[in-house]
Amino acid sequence: MIRINCPYCGERDHSEFSYGGDASIKYPSLEASAKEWTEAIFFRKNIRGFQLETWHHSNGCRMWLEVERSTLTHEIKSVRPCHPDLQKVVENNK
Amino acid sequence: MTRFNAWNVIKNGLNGQSGWSRQWRDPEPKSNYDVIIVGGGLHGLATAFYLAKNHNIKNVAVLEKGWIGGGNAGRNTTIVRSNYMMPGNHEFYEHSLKLWENLSHELNYNVMFSQRAHVSLFHSPGARDSAARRYNVMRLHGTDAELWDLKTLKKKIPHLNYDDSRFPILGAAVQRRAGNARHDAVAWGYARAADSLGVDILQNCEVTGITRKNGSIESIQTSRGTIKGKKVGFAVAGNTSVLWQMAELGNLPIESHKLQAFVTESIKPLLDQVVVYGVGGAHFYISQSDKGSMVFGGDLDWYKSYAQRGNLPIVQDSAEAAMAILPCLGRIRLLRHWAGVMDMTMDGSFFICKTPISNLYLNAGWNYGGFKASPASGWYFADLIANENPHNYVHNHNLERFEKGINIDERGAGPDPKLHG
Repeated sequence: MIRINCPYCGERDHSEFSYGGDASIKYPSLEASAKEWTEAIFFRKNIRGFQLETWHHSNGCRMWLEVERSTLTHEIKSVRPCHPDLQKVVENNK
Repeated sequence: MTRFNAWNVIKNGLNGQSGWSRQWRDPEPKSNYDVIIVGGGLHGLATAFYLAKNHNIKNVAVLEKGWIGGGNAGRNTTIVRSNYMMPGNHEFYEHSLKLWENLSHELNYNVMFSQRAHVSLFHSPGARDSAARRYNVMRLHGTDAELWDLKTLKKKIPHLNYDDSRFPILGAAVQRRAGNARHDAVAWGYARAADSLGVDILQNCEVTGITRKNGSIESIQTSRGTIKGKKVGFAVAGNTSVLWQMAELGNLPIESHKLQAFVTESIKPLLDQVVVYGVGGAHFYISQSDKGSMVFGGDLDWYKSYAQRGNLPIVQDSAEAAMAILPCLGRIRLLRHWAGVMDMTMDGSFFICKTPISNLYLNAGWNYGGFKASPASGWYFADLIANENPHNYVHNHNLERFEKGINIDERGAGPDPKLHG
């Protein structure tokens, strides 16, 4: 079991989360060529080692997280919210 | 190499089994080959065999970083079927099944292919319609396919859980010619047959570097020295991206995911068919090996990984699925479970194609379906390498299909590799 330290909820089993995918993808502009869009949507680096990826805490706070995890050992180096400002917005609206 | 036949079996039975020779040689790498196949799995070995047999190209090396049969060749649930619908796929897998039917004779090696039927259960009228459509498409293309109603199914497999009110069994889509084979025997059979035609199988020979010159591959550095090849084929599903980037070719429409499988202790004959159970997006398949073990598998682990070990939530999922469909397995004990690394592609279909490098050919992206595809994969990959021209069945199984919008998506799941189970 991978344990993910959710910045909002604390350390939880990965079965509480849904795997998103590669977090390093940058989508091109709408006017970009078909080739660029194909590259962004279909082609992956598929890193063996540490990669940035997204996880959704779907059975928890439902926040998207950016996780730096090794695809070889499953070790996690860092976890941060995908949208760091979101917490501030939530707190300001209380 | 001593051939297997009745005469030799009797003769060696009388002389203490002393008359058998090595199954395949353990040669030193030569410096030059006509074709180098990287990857000594089932696909690589089959490719080498068909290169020698169909195309008379015998100066071939198969490079394997570990030992043959030690990668995904030994990490599968040994199911063989051809229930595919998309153009290209159904012809390809049907040809593969036909090759399976004669494989033991072809290789002079008993691969223990057992056409015990592949029984795919359905649990709702919608699922029945969908199965009827798929199996009608198969019949129109000359593949055997039938639908069993509940009465037939109960007669054939009486001990399934017919009382489940959440997911009641309505019947099954069946391919009778489908079944199982012995995975090690397939690896050894191809290795032995390829070796006897002159192919060098180089084990413990890991590729460590690739030297390119003027748009082609000049040589390959390995843990057993530098080897030159006029043509090079990659057949290393699971680690394709790593090798691809070693050749400085950039990204691929592939993610590596792991898939678990399970084996229980041996029991008396219980299940004569391969049974597939899929409800609510879950996925479970089970059969009984000739030794009596129940062999089953489920879904991917749902996150990208190169680790050949599985996670516990999927163990639980698979055990729950087993109990849901065959409650009589409740007290059986697991002997082993393992995970294999799959090339999951963006549309769930494979690649047998040319690459941006003129003398490099790619065989990759087998998703869940690599084992059954092995014979046809070797057949058409060898054909591509020998004739430079992709056969009609595989001419769309290339890397350009995504940009052209002709994805071969059997499941219609879209560009997310983990969904193409």
